[in-house]
Amino acid sequence: MRRYLARKILIYALTFFVAVSINWLIPRLMPGDPIRTMLSRGASGDEASMERMRAYYEQTFGLDEPAWQQYLNFWTSLARGDLGISVWLFPQPVTEILLSAVPYTLALLLPATLLSWVAGNRFGAFAARSKWLDNTLLPLGYVLTATPYMWLGILLAWGLGIVAGWFPTAGPYGFGSIPGWNWPFISDLVSHWFLPFASLFLVAFGGWAIGMRNMIIYELEAEYSTYLEALGAPRRLVRRYAFRNAVLPQLTGLAVQLGTIVAGALLTEIVFAYPGLGNLILEALNNRDFFLLQGAFLFIVVGVLIANFIVDVIYVVVDPRTRTQMQGSAA
Amino acid sequence: MSEMEPDVRAVQAAEGLPAQAGPPERRLGESLHFALRNPKLLIGGGVVGALLLTGLVAPLFVQEGPNVYVGPQAQAPSAQYWLGTTNFGQDVFAQFVFGLRSTFLVGLVGGGIAAVVGMVVGFTAGYRGGLVDEVLNMITNVVLVLPALVVLIIAAAYLQARGIALQGLFIGLTSWPWVARAVRAQTLSLATRDFVDLARLSGRRAHSIVFREIAPNMSSYLFMTFILLFGGAILIAAGLDFIGLGPTEGVSLGLMMHNAVTWGALQLGMWWWFVPPGLGITAIVGSLYIMNVGLDEVFNPKLREL
Repeated sequence: MRRYLARKILIYALTFFVAVSINWLIPRLMPGDPIRTMLSRGASGDEASMERMRAYYEQTFGLDEPAWQQYLNFWTSLARGDLGISVWLFPQPVTEILLSAVPYTLALLLPATLLSWVAGNRFGAFAARSKWLDNTLLPLGYVLTATPYMWLGILLAWGLGIVAGWFPTAGPYGFGSIPGWNWPFISDLVSHWFLPFASLFLVAFGGWAIGMRNMIIYELEAEYSTYLEALGAPRRLVRRYAFRNAVLPQLTGLAVQLGTIVAGALLTEIVFAYPGLGNLILEALNNRDFFLLQGAFLFIVVGVLIANFIVDVIYVVVDPRTRTQMQGSAA
Repeated sequence: MSEMEPDVRAVQAAEGLPAQAGPPERRLGESLHFALRNPKLLIGGGVVGALLLTGLVAPLFVQEGPNVYVGPQAQAPSAQYWLGTTNFGQDVFAQFVFGLRSTFLVGLVGGGIAAVVGMVVGFTAGYRGGLVDEVLNMITNVVLVLPALVVLIIAAAYLQARGIALQGLFIGLTSWPWVARAVRAQTLSLATRDFVDLARLSGRRAHSIVFREIAPNMSSYLFMTFILLFGGAILIAAGLDFIGLGPTEGVSLGLMMHNAVTWGALQLGMWWWFVPPGLGITAIVGSLYIMNVGLDEVFNPKLREL
């Protein structure tokens, strides 16, 4: 158990190291000069002032130092939790802006991921090997997973939001509401939350249902299922064993898919102008605020790593085989 | 989601992989026999083929470029402009057919590169084993955990000029890890088979054993992997385009959605601007997935419903 988790932690630590290095390296590797890009924002014809601005920027970014020194500086400031100052929302620190956006992203991401995983698994197990469901609803599942997250969002926003007028389509809450713990505000919050949640949920749901359906079919073909059936075990019992075995790969799948789901949440937020990290990334791009962009990148990577670790721990708890194996090797 | 299926399945399938069932011609004939009778494969392949043909042929009949202001602004579909026009008077149909072209291109480049990298890493790790395996496995796990789209956003944000081929290259370089893992698992199981031992004893070189003995035994799986990668690359590209990091020249389906949302097509009710591009992507990727299920049934006798 300890060895397994230690190995995982090593991988995550390495990933974090790689992510920070990418973050440092990309602006320096790419063709073009980020400082010139920044200068072009406030371009003026005056040569002398351009030169002074250039020197100023080089100094603030620390670009006048040797590369290894810059790299070390990058880590030191990161260790202090300093991701720089936003250009777009000057002079707010990037960390602060990102922290205020994280709750919105989590509010979409957590329920959509967990509910779609649970519901998709249930439904997939239900549909497997029942001819009618298999042939009608599973193509639907494939179409759902093939839908780009933002397009489903656009369709829902247009159909249920603008044409039907049932739901608001932009922002976290209406312009007229005053944030507070009162009923009108909370219902406003929920009605704004619902459509982005629903579109995220639906796309993910299709994928889990299909994954589960395929796993169940494999499990029902396994020898233990045949044996149970030969013993005359009721169909429901066989299915229950199959489900318990099939859930484990689905759990691994959850870890593998986290990156995709997070990306989906970012895109969905952009459609609904939901003020989470995805919207911040869009603003950062539009305002060429590279500090904010890179800070958002690190936040997302750290979030995905933490979530992966949680899935690992759950896996150990859920799968009795890994547990006994580990205890055996420890003893 | 569907991207993970082969990963999980590979391990299971590896245990029951057939060790060359019958002479190759007969197997091919048999596969073809089942392929032509598989509705999923035929329907999926038909939709993808029709859209590919549209993307290849239709742009030849578009007189002006896809981004030229040709007509009246914000017009609903009509006989002259089949899919209406944008806020600026661009022909949506022209944009759509050119967009199909770039969608297929990005899928081909991105999926192709990811397949090659994933297979090279997977074969090497699985066949060599030892320290090489450890290192490659570590790299694979690291890239697997990194959220691809977010890495791509950072990379693309610093590029002044972005082309479709370059986008495909970047996507390919970030989406190979699950292939590497699956191929490695299958290679590990095949590498201990008798026929591989025999080839090794006869003094063949490692790469010849991998390509002549191991790869052919999982060729159907590799082909299906490429299809999934193709679809995945299209979806990632659409996401990047939608954020506004699409090609700086030309047009793509994701970019159309980006423009539609940016210029208020939703509020103005201009459904003809944002429905076709998303529908195109969904149709292509969904048909690819369904086609893959069909292929699975063709190649795997256990799954055939007769």
